[in-house]
Amino acid sequence: MKPLLTSFFSGMVLAMGLGVSGMTRPVKVIGFLDFFGEWDASLALVMVGAIAVYFVAYRLSTKMPSPLLTPDFALTKRSDVDAKLILGAAIFGAGWGLGGFSPGPALTSLASGALPVFIFVVAMGIGMYVHTWATEFGRTGSGLAIAPAKSTQDA
Amino acid sequence: MHNFTPIASLLGGMLIGLSASAILLPNGRIAGISGIMAGVLKPVRGDALWRSCFLGGLFAGGLLLRVILPQAFDFGIVRPLPMLIIAGLLVGFGTRLGSGCTSGHGVCGISRLSPRSLVATITFIATGALVVLILNHLMGNSL
Repeated sequence: MKPLLTSFFSGMVLAMGLGVSGMTRPVKVIGFLDFFGEWDASLALVMVGAIAVYFVAYRLSTKMPSPLLTPDFALTKRSDVDAKLILGAAIFGAGWGLGGFSPGPALTSLASGALPVFIFVVAMGIGMYVHTWATEFGRTGSGLAIAPAKSTQDA
Repeated sequence: MHNFTPIASLLGGMLIGLSASAILLPNGRIAGISGIMAGVLKPVRGDALWRSCFLGGLFAGGLLLRVILPQAFDFGIVRPLPMLIIAGLLVGFGTRLGSGCTSGHGVCGISRLSPRSLVATITFIATGALVVLILNHLMGNSL
């Protein structure tokens, strides 16, 4: 039960952080990506603030035998830079510049009730499903066989 | 840089770091938003509930923003719908192929000094800037 509460709390704090920092507003995101126009460096400071706090939390976590509420840390150990990583990041970046929304701000902005945000989020979900189908099709050659369930883990 | 909001953005960024820490230290998980959403769309037993709670918190936080900081949803730029649909498809597909987005790679990964996340972050900022350059300058669309 407690891990579910911390998850909810974390989501709420993220929404606050995105709102306060200005990142729920595509004008700020696109302003940062507009290096050849009137560049808005705000997003760089968002990253500085977030990394400064999380860097300390991560250092702390490496000294803990286990998380406070669950048995194990589920962190990726990968360090290889492969084509999938670069191609995926390139595709994500193109969509980010095109719409001005990344997943966190888009999901937070659903609460605004604005239809364009809802449409963006639905398209984002479809994009994720397309990736799942493409991966399973590539693995089985038919796309019909159900691949063994695997938990999703970022970074 | 008349739109520059250094204090608010730094403070908001620290809240984002706090949020990611609040998933890491108690729960031992990475706060990668695209991964959390993908794990709800394709649920795995025992691993979907915390993700749903996180997204619920995100939505509740959005509702709270509407009351205490309504200007957070003053989007400033809303691209035309066909563009937003393509953008959404690219963001959804790209974040899964590249195993993360601004939160998973840009915040959590860089804080862990992960070479993967550093490369991913440089890449998505570069292609994002390229698309904005094409749209806002080369195509004369002063969005």
